[in-house]
Amino acid sequence: MTALLRAEDLLVRRGDATVLDVPGLELEEGGVLALIGPNGSGKSTLLKTLASLMAPARGTLLFRGEALRPEAYRRLVTMVFQAPLLFDATVRANLESGLKLHGVPAAERGTRVAAAARRLGVESLLDRSARNLSGGEAQRTALARAFVLRPEILFLDEPFSALDPPTREALLDDLAGVLRETRTATVIATHDQMEALRLADRIAVLREGRIVQYGPATEVINRPADAFVAEFVGMEAVLSGRVEGAGQGEFRVAAGGGFVVAAGEAVPGEEVRIGIRPENVTLSTQAEARSSARNSFSGTVTRIVPRGPFFKVELDCGFFLAAYVTPVSLEELGLAEGSRVVARFKATAVHLLRR
Amino acid sequence: MELLWEGIRKAFDLLRTLDPEVLGITLFTLKVTLLATLASLVLGLGAGLALALTQFPGRRVVISLVNTGMGLPPVVVGLFVTMFLWRNGPLGGFELLYTPSAIILAQTVIATPIITGISVAALQQLPPDLRLQILSLGATRPQMLWLLVREARLPLLAAVMAGFGGVISEVGASLMVGGNIKGSTRVLTTATVMETGKGNFDVAIALSLILLALTFAVNAVLTHIQQRERPR
Repeated sequence: MTALLRAEDLLVRRGDATVLDVPGLELEEGGVLALIGPNGSGKSTLLKTLASLMAPARGTLLFRGEALRPEAYRRLVTMVFQAPLLFDATVRANLESGLKLHGVPAAERGTRVAAAARRLGVESLLDRSARNLSGGEAQRTALARAFVLRPEILFLDEPFSALDPPTREALLDDLAGVLRETRTATVIATHDQMEALRLADRIAVLREGRIVQYGPATEVINRPADAFVAEFVGMEAVLSGRVEGAGQGEFRVAAGGGFVVAAGEAVPGEEVRIGIRPENVTLSTQAEARSSARNSFSGTVTRIVPRGPFFKVELDCGFFLAAYVTPVSLEELGLAEGSRVVARFKATAVHLLRR
Repeated sequence: MELLWEGIRKAFDLLRTLDPEVLGITLFTLKVTLLATLASLVLGLGAGLALALTQFPGRRVVISLVNTGMGLPPVVVGLFVTMFLWRNGPLGGFELLYTPSAIILAQTVIATPIITGISVAALQQLPPDLRLQILSLGATRPQMLWLLVREARLPLLAAVMAGFGGVISEVGASLMVGGNIKGSTRVLTTATVMETGKGNFDVAIALSLILLALTFAVNAVLTHIQQRERPR
């Protein structure tokens, strides 16, 4: 199958310095790709190059296998920046702006604007001036202005980084919902791994203009390719699965031939992504040790990595799991690669990352 | 003091009776100044867009020169335009010296740097990514430029006001290239200079009041547009 977007051999230079060097990158229909990395790693440059807003020194962009003229391609995609960059006009005029540029007739503009505004919760703001919006309202307006165009690909450049945490949570939820409903292929640049996990199927980690790891989101998070990626993303074990049962403030996710019990609300049949922080996982060598933890899995130690004052013990329990262990415990438990252990964690230690 | 009051009284008589000569000078001044402002707007905005949006070696030097040009003394402009239009000057063949076109030309030279300089500042104040945002909404290049101008419209109106103010009030260049010829190239400022020289203070005061009223009226209209546009 042809990828929706395929970038080949991208090279961007600033003066004599190479700021981006990406041999290849693909985005599939309906896929959400997160570009993560620290400031200055080239996320924005890659995003702008993929959106054809910046001409690379070398390289090609293929949209469904075709190299389009930048003007033609830019009518199929759109981008939302970190700053909302709204026009000095009403919210409605802002939502209409792209549709006007696309030559959409007035009658259709009205219905499309109303639908997009409703979906992103800016319906009541339509006649307000964009100057008088809060940060969250402005970013919602910017997202609505993008979605109203029904883009083939949506590019998001750290759209939430300027927002306060509660506002950002609410907006992330809504964005995740819209992406799921519309199945809009998306590339999002972020330096927040939680944001990436909430939204993305695949993650590319950038460092100094190069992609150091690229793969399915859970794989990148669980198996960082090197210390740099680990420092950036490898905070917790992440697993994807289907909700098999729910009730009384708990739900169960099928994993490794058993179930992970998690505190929270979910609907049976839902595909979810859950995270378990290594500091919340305890290890023991006896299967029947007394514990209040709801989750107990036996597994094999696959790798032991020093991580600051602790060791990170990676396990294969039929799914990936990791635990932080002090050097003393490591010795007492006699852990080595290949050891059999029992890992336990509470239902409240499991958090729902993505529905 | 009595001279002043007498002058003001006579000036109002001239205005009340719509003295044909005063009226003629006023309308001519308005026409020449508005044409020069319009020409400067087209040239200045174009140059402003080019300077604000493109990168080329020596760009800073050009912007410095434009900013210096904002304070160009009208007599210097008058001197050079006169020399260019002089019978054996480079543009002498057009025989424009001492015609209304010469005044429009000189005033355009005065106002263009003013409008260019303020336009550059106005456009540079827009967020740098706004251009990319507009392109990513599907705009062509001309549409992008138009939307940027629209976003900077409030400070750009200030540029127009400054340009207009610069040319309606200048006297040196108009006098030198126009010659203050009665019924042909006489504008409010050159006429005021002449009447003051002759001791006709009443006429000079009348002309000055008209000049002030015109400047006020044009700026009031532009300010009204600017303030109405400003979102509350």
